[in-house]
Amino acid sequence: MSDARSQILGSIRRALRRDALPADKVAALEARLGDPKPNLIPARAQGDAKTVVELFADMAQNAAATLTRVKSARDVPGAVADYLASQNLPASFVMAPDPELDTIPWSERPTLSIRRGKSEGADQVSVTGAFAAVAETGTLMMTSGPDHPSTLNFLPETHVVVLPASKVVGPYEEAWTRLRAAHDGTPPRTVNFVTGPSRSGDIEQRLLMGAHGPRRLHVVLIDD
Amino acid sequence: MPASSPRVGLFVTCLVDLMRPSVGFAAVKLLENAGCRVEVPATQTCCGQPAYNSGDRGDTRDIARGMIEAFTGFDYVVVPSGSCAGMIHEHYPALFADEPETLAKARELAACTHELVSFLVDVMKVERVEAAYRGTVTYHDSCSGLRELKIKKQPRQLLGSVSGLTLKELPGAEICCGFGGTFCVKYPDISERMAAEKADDIGATGADTLLAGDMGCLMNMAGKLHRKGSPVRVRHVAEVLAGITDAPPIGEPKA
Amino acid sequence: MQSTTRDFKDNVKKAIVEPGLQKALGMMKTGFQVRRLAAIEKLPEFEQLRDQARDIKNHVLENLDFYLERFERKVTEAGGKVHWCRTADEAREAILGICRGVGARTVTKGKSMIAEEIALNDFLEEKGIEPIETDLGEYIIQLRREPPSHIIAPAIHLNKTDVIDAFQKAHTHLDPDRPMEEPTTLLEEARGVLRPKFLAADVGITGANFMIAETGSTIIVTNEGNGDLTQILPKAHVVLASLEKLVPTFEDAATILRLLARSATGQEFSVYTTVSTGPRRPGDLDGPEEFHVVLLDNGRTNILGTEFQEMLRCIRCSACLNHCPVYATVGGHAYGWVYPGPMGAVLTPTLIGIEEAGHLPNASTFCGRCESVCPMRIPLPKMMRHWREREFERHLSPASVRAGLAFWAWFAKRPRLYRLATGMAARLLGLFGRANGRYGWLPLASGWTKGRDFPAPEGKTFMNQWAKREKAS
Repeated sequence: MSDARSQILGSIRRALRRDALPADKVAALEARLGDPKPNLIPARAQGDAKTVVELFADMAQNAAATLTRVKSARDVPGAVADYLASQNLPASFVMAPDPELDTIPWSERPTLSIRRGKSEGADQVSVTGAFAAVAETGTLMMTSGPDHPSTLNFLPETHVVVLPASKVVGPYEEAWTRLRAAHDGTPPRTVNFVTGPSRSGDIEQRLLMGAHGPRRLHVVLIDD
Repeated sequence: MPASSPRVGLFVTCLVDLMRPSVGFAAVKLLENAGCRVEVPATQTCCGQPAYNSGDRGDTRDIARGMIEAFTGFDYVVVPSGSCAGMIHEHYPALFADEPETLAKARELAACTHELVSFLVDVMKVERVEAAYRGTVTYHDSCSGLRELKIKKQPRQLLGSVSGLTLKELPGAEICCGFGGTFCVKYPDISERMAAEKADDIGATGADTLLAGDMGCLMNMAGKLHRKGSPVRVRHVAEVLAGITDAPPIGEPKA
Repeated sequence: MQSTTRDFKDNVKKAIVEPGLQKALGMMKTGFQVRRLAAIEKLPEFEQLRDQARDIKNHVLENLDFYLERFERKVTEAGGKVHWCRTADEAREAILGICRGVGARTVTKGKSMIAEEIALNDFLEEKGIEPIETDLGEYIIQLRREPPSHIIAPAIHLNKTDVIDAFQKAHTHLDPDRPMEEPTTLLEEARGVLRPKFLAADVGITGANFMIAETGSTIIVTNEGNGDLTQILPKAHVVLASLEKLVPTFEDAATILRLLARSATGQEFSVYTTVSTGPRRPGDLDGPEEFHVVLLDNGRTNILGTEFQEMLRCIRCSACLNHCPVYATVGGHAYGWVYPGPMGAVLTPTLIGIEEAGHLPNASTFCGRCESVCPMRIPLPKMMRHWREREFERHLSPASVRAGLAFWAWFAKRPRLYRLATGMAARLLGLFGRANGRYGWLPLASGWTKGRDFPAPEGKTFMNQWAKREKAS
């Protein structure tokens, strides 16, 4: 394998008619990597906090997600229960073992049955938080970790995301900058950018919802 | 504003020369009406695209050298074809990257070469023509003119000034008709299917006349329309703009 | 995959009379093209982003050795492993090694064109490992045992009835009289069949849309979520990627991501954009325990530094296929190998040789629509012409074409003789064609006249008439 490695690197250098890069060039490239600069950010993604939250709400719904807005964390259990009832779904779900979600007063809705953990495939509904949300395309950003198993984003047919408005940013780059700050260089194993529910266009180019991932994606947006 | 009466070298193109001289005379009339002094260099032949697009760079360069010689010294070189104008304008300089002297001449020629209708509108600032045509026409944007030279609004602007003419837009006007120069000879089956789709689209507009700015595409579309028994008449846009429509439409017998 | 590229003309003859295929292809104009345009109109910065995306990839290609080494270092630091593979054979062996290492019996797969390129499924089956395609389109064509006909919509050549047939034959455990008319029920059925396979698989193989040098991460972009279930459920996640997929940073990937979905399906963003870095971390409740990147060259470094280098910017969005009138006429299978359409016409000869794939760069009208929609500004027609030049230099083009060209060029270089010849031709063709105005048949042009008339010339050349007029004045 190391043989293949040196041969590939060698043929790249031959093709580019040079040896391995000189130290000054390497330093310049390392500097580029060490201080990543955003390229052009679309005007759409630049706005004050209020504008980007409105944009996120619009764009997420354009991508076929549904969304309810609540005033505070206290309203979340009711909003989730109402949503599940409106979809004729059982009032039980698997929830990410996320300390932030635990601050929500779920017990005020005793009809809700909650299991904490990852999904094994049999759960109908999952409830998770999100690391951030990107307004420019209505995209949720979710990171794997002990507090957020990735299976919750994909296996259940319905995925409910509890999102404080303070987590909404304009462009993808800003979300990633927050991630760098939170994770010190190495991103979590899985970072999922999710824009609307799962779909496929593979049969006669017709858009069909709910391919392998959730067929419903619902956001409970807390205007904090 | 352009020089008061620029000296224009007309490159009629091999297809107009051989198949449809009327287009050449229409071009002369349009240019003269716009105030140009028109000359037709006698040593012009072909822009070289058949060789160029077949990978024959050697012959292309030889042919291009002859063309550069024939057309040096004009204020402008004008071509009633987006494809051939595009060849000179976009591709001649790249042929001579390794020959500085010829490269300089190729660049000079490229810079002053224009397709006919866009030249009238963009350079000579012609806003309208004195011509009449009774009928509903539809217009096909030939690929090289559209994408290499960005010709789209100019023919529509001038057609808008032809009295009695109604323009009906062709859906998919930007899709290739299937001519493609040597392509139609090398892959006639694909070419024919593309022409058939184009003919269907043309028929669906309900127009009685099809116009375009390139003889190759026009012959291809006329050939397909006739084979289908379509009554649509086919002409080069210059004929209608110049009011020179005494020749029978492309592919039709003398009345 | 066995190439039938040499038989391109025969493939075409069959394709253009295949009613099912023609019906399926007819839907492309209203689908991809309209949606792409609508998405771009909503992003005024699109053209500027194209410039930046082109520059990013050019920068990577100029420093590819540096970025590959850096990428490998970061993958290793994150607990993953990079497998350097020069050839398809080395890549297959590397994957087999990983599968054997975890005792794999079944492998789920996200959509990967590189897997098609190295014919991975046939190989795994031979070795007793069952590969399961999980993208709906890929699953359908796997059941039919045929290759994809499009790089992002592998089953675009099929109609609903074909899918019903395939499911009837494959899903014998289901009631044969079940209702299947609604496409949603077909989707449900595939979802139901594939879900346990996802859960049971030992290894998950995905491709990569990007590899990020800064962090050693890989990115996949999907709409179904199959690529995610493929990578988070099994014990090992294998990323199979060609080496030009690198970008320096997430920021650079984001710029190109803004172009990708809009150019491909006309979505503002794909549903799932997933960034994967290494295996699961301590404390994680799910995720793969092993992370491997199988990094494939397979001839790509051979085109670096050549007139085909710009092809390595390609992000496989399929905009060039979706806007190609030739692709829309013949479909993807006629091209005879993995990559169809304009990008395939340039790429295929670099991968399987111009002797084999000579038809592809020739079967283009040079209408230029592919280049006009390419988000990475790849000059596809120019590179097809370069292939034609290489063929011409090596005398690979057909003798009849060369002879005709030489005959014509001889005259085109000699204006006086050219005048005489065209004058005669115009008179002859005009004389015999004048009565009808056109020919229904012409010698040497039977290809044209089989389906079209050939317009007759007016009779005298312009140049002769002009010379007379000049003399008279």
